[in-house]
Amino acid sequence: MGNDLAAVTRSDAALRAFLHGLPGVDQVGAEQRAAMLGTRSIKTTAKAWAIDLAIRMVDLTTLEGSDTPGKVRALCAKGMRPDPADPSCPSVAAICIYPSMVPVAAEALAGSGVHIASVATAFPSGQAPLDVKLADTKAAVAAGADEIDMVINRGAFLAGRYLEVFEEIVAVKQACGAAHLKVILETGELATYDNVRRASWLAMLADSDFIKTSTGKVGVAATLPVTLVMLEAVRDFRALGGRQVGVKPAGGIRTSKDAIKYLVVVNETVGEDWLDPDWFRFGASTLLNDLLMQRTKLKTGVYSGPDYFTLD
Amino acid sequence: MSRSSPRLAVRKTYKLFIGGAFPRSESGRSYVAQEANVALASRKDVRDAVKAARAAASRWGGATAYNRGQVLYRVAEMLEGRRSQFVSLGLPASDVDEAIDRWVWYAGWSDKVAQVHGSANPVAGPYFNLSSPEPTGVVGIVAPASFLGLVSVVAPAIVTGNAAVVLAARDAPLAAVTLAEVLATSDLPGGVVNILTGDPAETAPWLAGHMDVNAIDLTGVADEALAAALEEAAAGNLKRVVRPPLTEPDWTDDPGIGRMTVFLETKTVWHPKGI
Amino acid sequence: MTGFEYAPAPESRAIVDLQPSYGLFIGGTFVEPIDGGSFKSINPASEEVLAEVAEAGPADVDRAVAAARTAYDEVWGPMSGRDRAKYLYRLARIIQERARELAVLESLDNGKPIRESRDVDIPLVAAHFFYYAGWADKLPHAGFGPSPRPLGVAGQIIPWNFPLLMLAWKIAPALAAGNTVVLKPAETTPLTALLFAEICQQADLPPGVVNIITGAGATGQALVTHAGVDKVAFTGSTEVGREIARAVAGTRKKVTLELGGKAANVIFDDAPIDQAVEGIVNGIFFNQGHVCCAGSRLLVQESVYDDVLSFLKRRMARLRVGDPLDKNTDIGAINSSAQLDRIRTLSDIGSSEGAERWSPPCELPDRGFWFAPTIFTGVTQAHRIAREEIFGPVLSVLTFRTPAEAVEKANNTPYGLSAGVWTEKGSRILWMADRLRAGVVWANTFNKFDPTSPFGGYKESGYGREGGRQGLEGYLDV
Repeated sequence: MGNDLAAVTRSDAALRAFLHGLPGVDQVGAEQRAAMLGTRSIKTTAKAWAIDLAIRMVDLTTLEGSDTPGKVRALCAKGMRPDPADPSCPSVAAICIYPSMVPVAAEALAGSGVHIASVATAFPSGQAPLDVKLADTKAAVAAGADEIDMVINRGAFLAGRYLEVFEEIVAVKQACGAAHLKVILETGELATYDNVRRASWLAMLADSDFIKTSTGKVGVAATLPVTLVMLEAVRDFRALGGRQVGVKPAGGIRTSKDAIKYLVVVNETVGEDWLDPDWFRFGASTLLNDLLMQRTKLKTGVYSGPDYFTLD
Repeated sequence: MSRSSPRLAVRKTYKLFIGGAFPRSESGRSYVAQEANVALASRKDVRDAVKAARAAASRWGGATAYNRGQVLYRVAEMLEGRRSQFVSLGLPASDVDEAIDRWVWYAGWSDKVAQVHGSANPVAGPYFNLSSPEPTGVVGIVAPASFLGLVSVVAPAIVTGNAAVVLAARDAPLAAVTLAEVLATSDLPGGVVNILTGDPAETAPWLAGHMDVNAIDLTGVADEALAAALEEAAAGNLKRVVRPPLTEPDWTDDPGIGRMTVFLETKTVWHPKGI
Repeated sequence: MTGFEYAPAPESRAIVDLQPSYGLFIGGTFVEPIDGGSFKSINPASEEVLAEVAEAGPADVDRAVAAARTAYDEVWGPMSGRDRAKYLYRLARIIQERARELAVLESLDNGKPIRESRDVDIPLVAAHFFYYAGWADKLPHAGFGPSPRPLGVAGQIIPWNFPLLMLAWKIAPALAAGNTVVLKPAETTPLTALLFAEICQQADLPPGVVNIITGAGATGQALVTHAGVDKVAFTGSTEVGREIARAVAGTRKKVTLELGGKAANVIFDDAPIDQAVEGIVNGIFFNQGHVCCAGSRLLVQESVYDDVLSFLKRRMARLRVGDPLDKNTDIGAINSSAQLDRIRTLSDIGSSEGAERWSPPCELPDRGFWFAPTIFTGVTQAHRIAREEIFGPVLSVLTFRTPAEAVEKANNTPYGLSAGVWTEKGSRILWMADRLRAGVVWANTFNKFDPTSPFGGYKESGYGREGGRQGLEGYLDV
């Protein structure tokens, strides 16, 4: 990170001044831009390419109170070989689970190249003391997670205590060690695109590797315009001398059509550098089967049905 | 297959129209009107209808005027297609035609009423000052018996973005329920118009007194004492009130814009102009 | 395949059933021109001939005006507003139903991207007819007195940049107010107007209420000067508008003119930059810049000049120039070789006058008329590219330091059609709007149109307004 950027986190006042000095986001204009990109028509070879890329970008997720080792093992199998009938089908990027399930996934995924992402820091609310969040993070890493999806303290953010949010992310990042840190902004609770832009910068300044839209546990999850605003933020951060940071929309992306719209937004906002599972992910569960169905449709020429894909 | 006897008709059940669905009265009651069994709405049906109207009001009021106009025009199209059905209820064909045209008339008002009823105000100071009409919210309507009258009170209430709870005239419910069937198939969001059959003398006091209703149209109330009592009940939350006409209006007259503006609130926005 | 290359996604042109030749639409039927002249309408993206179209001579103009007069006297004038409304609603509905066909034909004949004809032009056309349909039976409420009267026969001439939309802007208010019309579409884009003539037939519109005569400048001149015309409405260049104003001098003809522009798009340092850049792009590259209200002069506050320019260039590199029928095309073909020549000439003058020219790398098709999106920096008020309307995808970039300077520069033009203001500060928007001498001021948006919203210019951008309640005035005897 450039010295200029480091300086803005030196005090609460400096951080506030910086975040509030970022250019505003006009809601109507941002939504129209996203909607326009949503009208791009991706066909034939481009569609096949996009679907395979989207599969490789999926963080296949199960985050339920009812999760069991059996469920997680099945999900791991699915993630490694999404379409058992077609060996050319790529595996997903990661399996995303609760910390208690990490050992199960670590065993199931060993040697597969599929990453283990664990939510941590009192997911999804983030309402726990910092030491508990750090312990949560360390335990997940120790059990084999190589990616940590943390939630920010939205209460502190909305109350304007930016430095507190910043320091918490920094602390979690340290607790992560070598594991990659994805910072969940929970954009559905941030209410405005101005806040989404500020929270994105806050997380990047705190050294996050990825910024992620949502937990999937509140009413409004990922949207195309929110993702557009976050992509603009990672683009501008790198242009200003920061590192390249990844983006992960999560929640509510269920169809191939949706996923391709996101890839179009990536392509036309930040370009090829981000069109890679290292820099863009989808947090999703049901999306994968729709991608597989569309993939089969392209290969066979007939529409497929859910009965022909594994339900895991 | 040949028939040895004349075909036996399937009779229709006339039900209420609440939230886009056609339930019977929660009271399980019905009465005979126009030689049919018709649902006799209760105070709880009024309650449910107001709830449905309130739920629909924000979305309908927030829809673009263009969209609302398209929906009202669609109502006219659907009504035209069922013209003969209304005539078969014994309505004069000319009344049905006028009613169709009345939907067209009001459809066109959706994106014009603000241009006629709003204003840019030249205040004495460095301020932008604009007044524009907004829907008042949920409008209760005690409808007249005439079908053209019914359309003439419902269309102006909703075209501007209000949602309505309509009490059909006790002795003329069939056209009202049939209109509900038109509305249900016209892309009008459920709950924007709710129609209750039964005895308004029983249900209107509940509507007039309801604290989540913003306005009430008493056009269909013939009994002067009842009208006064309803107006008094409406004062509880300062509902906008349309009093009953002194004599039955000629519904074929030019409707003017008064039935729209009475259910509009004028909102004035001030904003400084400066560098 | 490397990277995300969008495969071709062409809209099918099979939906359009073009005839090899078209006559003139007079008195409800297609007729052959009296002197038999004709011309060809081509697809500017391929130079392929689309159809042969009749050229109306003075005798044809005479016939068309006579048909319009008869229809006015006998049918449309006496008809109730309610019934006129119903006809207009029918037209609106048929346009909605045949929207895709109209969109494809518009892109074929004009060269504009299908995304624009599909998502902007045709929906606005239908909306315009809906809006004015609603006025037909409400004229006493329009603010022009208790019973405003129509004028009679309107002679209308429209340009090639938004062929069907300009037709709607002309015909819908004229008919709503009770006039009948003779409309001449531009000679390079007559085809959607001729399809509209078919739509009039489909709607059973009484014969003679709408007459469409095709031809070039001479036909237009014959129409404007015809003694049987009570109203002249023209959209096009300021030069021709001036000729028309001279031609009608001394007559009782009512005139409305919607002419050229050289709009300033003003970017303040507190603008929402990503949306502002979208607005700049939309302002000048929408419809290949063939837009009279295009934001062709970019005024950037000096303190954000570098940022805005680098954002803008990055964004321009993403523009997709090519086949108008491809659903992913952002910029289509220049409408004609004559227009392409004009854009080239003025751009060369920009370079020779010392402005710095930049275009993103972009491959242009071999056939057809194409011009890469272009910006000129280092432009001053004295440059011809800052003063003359180029009517193409060419943006002149200037700078300013204070709001007052922005206003001064924005207004320093004979034109006054539109302006854009980008700032997050509401009071500054309104302060600017008060001072900008332009008929439309867009704030934090650009090139937005709606039938309810009046459009038209100050100064040499013309007079009269189209759209809204105000749009009726030009067609009423008030």
